[in-house]
Amino acid sequence: MGRIQLKQVKKAFGDVVVIPPLDLEIVDGEFVVFVGPSGCGKSTLLRLIAGLEDTTSGVIEIDGEDATALPPAKRRLAMVFQSYALYPHMTVRKNIAFPLRMAKMDQAEQDRRIEAAAKALNLTDYLHRRPGQLSGGQRQRVAIGRAIVREPAAFLFDEPLSNLDAALRVGMRMEISELHKKLKTTMVYVTHDQVEAMTMADKIVVLQAGVIEQVGSPLDLYHTPRNKFVAGFIGSPRMNLVEGTEAAKHNATTIGVRPEHIDISTTEGLWQGTVGVAEHLGSDTFLHVHGVPGCDPVTVRIAGDVALNHGDTVHLTPRADQIHKFDAQGLRIS
Amino acid sequence: MARAVTSQRKALNTVVAWSIGLLIFFPILWTILTSFKSEAEAIANPPVFMFFDWTLENYSVVLERSNYMRFLTNSVIIAGGSTLLGVLIAVPAAWSMAFVPSRRTKDILLWMLSTKMLPAVGVLYPIYLLCIRLGVLDNRAALVVILMLINLPIIVWMLYTYFREIPGEILEAARMDGATLKDEILYVLTPMAIPGIASTLLLNFILAWNEAFWTLNLTSVDAAPLTAFIASYSSPEGLFFAKLSAASTMAIAPILILGWFSQKQLVRGLTFGAVK
Repeated sequence: MGRIQLKQVKKAFGDVVVIPPLDLEIVDGEFVVFVGPSGCGKSTLLRLIAGLEDTTSGVIEIDGEDATALPPAKRRLAMVFQSYALYPHMTVRKNIAFPLRMAKMDQAEQDRRIEAAAKALNLTDYLHRRPGQLSGGQRQRVAIGRAIVREPAAFLFDEPLSNLDAALRVGMRMEISELHKKLKTTMVYVTHDQVEAMTMADKIVVLQAGVIEQVGSPLDLYHTPRNKFVAGFIGSPRMNLVEGTEAAKHNATTIGVRPEHIDISTTEGLWQGTVGVAEHLGSDTFLHVHGVPGCDPVTVRIAGDVALNHGDTVHLTPRADQIHKFDAQGLRIS
Repeated sequence: MARAVTSQRKALNTVVAWSIGLLIFFPILWTILTSFKSEAEAIANPPVFMFFDWTLENYSVVLERSNYMRFLTNSVIIAGGSTLLGVLIAVPAAWSMAFVPSRRTKDILLWMLSTKMLPAVGVLYPIYLLCIRLGVLDNRAALVVILMLINLPIIVWMLYTYFREIPGEILEAARMDGATLKDEILYVLTPMAIPGIASTLLLNFILAWNEAFWTLNLTSVDAAPLTAFIASYSSPEGLFFAKLSAASTMAIAPILILGWFSQKQLVRGLTFGAVK
């Protein structure tokens, strides 16, 4: 079981309130991702759940039990850190065994669990090595191994892939997702990378300045962002936010249209502009178009390769059913 | 061409480094050589370097005249005791400063270090009087405490620097893994800080061994360590250079040997954290 509830949880460092009182429920077995720009309080929130930071006020419940005052060790949670935080003086086996040793588990059971974890994570051949002799990806797997042997109520991940190179990151992303499918244990994952959030999460929690901007499934957030911040943060490349007369035509202060929801033509269209930077990726082409009033540049995503380059004049037409409207406060007008 | 310049440079660097090294080592070498000369050769003009009648006479005279083992024992007790006591007090202090710092931690560290800027003789009188009043003049335990206090700022600073190199996340990981404070210190922090703790112990032992001001001023017979042993052969009258040299050699030999065998550890400790 791993149901986590935050009730009016607040965190302040002195006079600085980093997390104003917030409520959040994490259902058992869910993969929840906290996402937001750096400094938004997502790591602090995770550390509050872990017990590595004290709450200023409010209640944290784990499986219906008040855990607010419990030390980290007593919360039955396992954490994977950005820096891996392996014990450098211990072998891989001893690293993975450490939580079991602390729990005074008998040796046979310890060995059984270590072997199983090592096998699942492809670490069997490395059990006698020290962390210093492993690659970044292997170290991360040891950190995950150390977490899974405990069979915790929930896993907490604090930006676990930030120190890996791009190719490895994609691989580890899938490994963690598969691990979740297999274990069906609650996972709370912190990242600043919205691609990680979109691809891994059952539920995304978008945070800004310690405030929850929106909670929902990845596609909920993509299709119906609650406000301008979520609209701009979720989706890659970012949503184009157009202000002024174009927005007024739709009775809104701001309208948003995603790069993939704009039709492009060289002859006719609603907005006319000039191509600035053209990024040809082969599978897609991203055009950054200047000259559209109220938004500069407008980013357009076209499937496949198109022969448009710097300086070309283009006409853009946003698809009417894919336009998001926001009021003066930045909130969605439905 | 470039390679020739580089190797010339290297040769020059080697010569300069060796010259400086020998220059620094020369007084010690001279002391050791002199200890094997006769008193007459010791003051010969021009001085003789290697070609003289080597003799062990000075050593036998010195050993006969004074109880070397008693001085040595006192040195070991005073240097060892003050080092162990200092580390016992400094480890928790450095720990709290490194891992749970307050807004004043930096000030406290600087204030502690500032006590090292005071000339020792400035507090000789009060400490001397305190020792008389407490009846601990010429007492080994008193010297252990005094030398510990004198070196404590350095021990705390060194340990603090080493502990700061240990990433807090590793300690947090241990906490998440169910370690109590005791487990965390015993199984995670201490093993990781061992190079730092060892080099702190060594350096402090050497400092305490060589400390002369307080040991000479606060001891006479019972607690006198090797510094006092050397001083007893430095006399304004008579010609005792060879015997003085023999005494000096005997006093510095243990620490030289210790230093030689632990230099790897010492260097590793002093550069701990500089390279991953």
